[in-house]
Amino acid sequence: MALIDLANPTRFLRLVNPLLPWLAAATAVLFAVGLYRAMGAPDDYQQGATVKIMFLHVPAAWLGMMGWGLMSVAALGTLVWRHPLADVAGKAAAPIGAAFTFICLVTGALWGRPTWGTYWVWDARLTSMLVLLLLYLGVLALYWTAEDPGRGSRAAAILSLVGAVNLPIIKFSVDWWNTLHQPASIIRMGGAAIDPSILTPLLIMAGAFTLLFFTLHLAAMRNEILRRRVRTMQIMEAQRFAEAGA
Amino acid sequence: MGPSSMSAFTALLLRDMRLSIRVGGGALMGALFFLIVVVMMPFAVGPDLNLLARIGPAILWLGALLASLLALDRLFAVDHEDGSLDLLMMGSMPLELAVLAKAIAHWLTTGLPLVIIAPVLGLMLNVELSAMGVVALTLLAGTPALTFIGLIGAALSVALRRGGLLLAVLVLPLTIPVLIFGVAAANAAIVGPAPFGPPFTILCALSLGSLVLGPVAAAAALRHGLE
Repeated sequence: MALIDLANPTRFLRLVNPLLPWLAAATAVLFAVGLYRAMGAPDDYQQGATVKIMFLHVPAAWLGMMGWGLMSVAALGTLVWRHPLADVAGKAAAPIGAAFTFICLVTGALWGRPTWGTYWVWDARLTSMLVLLLLYLGVLALYWTAEDPGRGSRAAAILSLVGAVNLPIIKFSVDWWNTLHQPASIIRMGGAAIDPSILTPLLIMAGAFTLLFFTLHLAAMRNEILRRRVRTMQIMEAQRFAEAGA
Repeated sequence: MGPSSMSAFTALLLRDMRLSIRVGGGALMGALFFLIVVVMMPFAVGPDLNLLARIGPAILWLGALLASLLALDRLFAVDHEDGSLDLLMMGSMPLELAVLAKAIAHWLTTGLPLVIIAPVLGLMLNVELSAMGVVALTLLAGTPALTFIGLIGAALSVALRRGGLLLAVLVLPLTIPVLIFGVAAANAAIVGPAPFGPPFTILCALSLGSLVLGPVAAAAALRHGLE
């Protein structure tokens, strides 16, 4: 089936509606397995049990970044090919991506308190994620303030692409800024390779988070399509009413 | 670019500059705002001259950043209200070029005054006289980037008929690299020990990059938003 077949919202809904329960069930199963394995993973010799925050923190960070990637692809679909579902996909991805970025920041702060001794440090990675959250909030603000949904989604598409160009630059400059102001004073992960006893549950959790993202994303797309239909019906009803009254 | 679009470019540039310099235009308002922001700073952090000298370049850069955002939301809004934006969009000159002309005029009338008064404000912040030229130079290299990035926000907000705060929310996160390298270059010149060259050249690169990206994205935003 070509991508263009999905352009028809009715066909898209017919495909998505039966798919969603299965996706949700798979997400739940993968989460159960991942959480069980994460609980069984050995504690860090320095950080103790707090290292388990990583199993939520790292996948959330990945998905937060992937959300912007998805929005950029959707933005190309909106602006270049005028794919009718692309702007629905972009709009649905924005709050979900923002939520994952927020989870990443909150878990990072909670993890930082016992290990670094403070909730927030101006570490390059944390700061980059914070800027990503700010950009997400900017896109959401665009959607909120637009009176006309089509116009709002095109504006948000342009902002997504500008953000996609800018994010690597921001990432680079924040790294540069951090090394200038604050030479490595923080415990960093990496260096030595991660042990399989931790890596396997981490990957399972990443898979679970990815499935969760797409389940939420497809559900949000379905809701957005239905919301637009309701809006169209309301406008038609109002028009009929106005004509009858005139 | 043919001769006719070149002369149209110049005409638009001069028109925008005249409009902002004459009565009702806000050319010097940004510079005034810059002055007031810098004057407010010692009230917030205390009149300690050593501290002010240390954070002086950062204050100047933050003030310039806020001041250059201030006038941006009227950049397209005025032309949109009186219909001349529609003429520009239908005209034979490419819209990207028209947007670029407006942006350059905007920078000349609001960005350049900030660069010129920065040394005077630096004196009030106890920044060394010898370093003032360098701080002004970083502003000269960096404020075009602020204008060209802000251009995108201005186009998006006029397309949505919303100005002011939305513009700041959209644009400020994108200006973080400019702020980082601007302050870093200024600090390198004043206190060292890091070299001045790398951050300054990156700052120039940001201005040149946004010179390309800004007009294209802004023109796209206007086309998609106002059709």
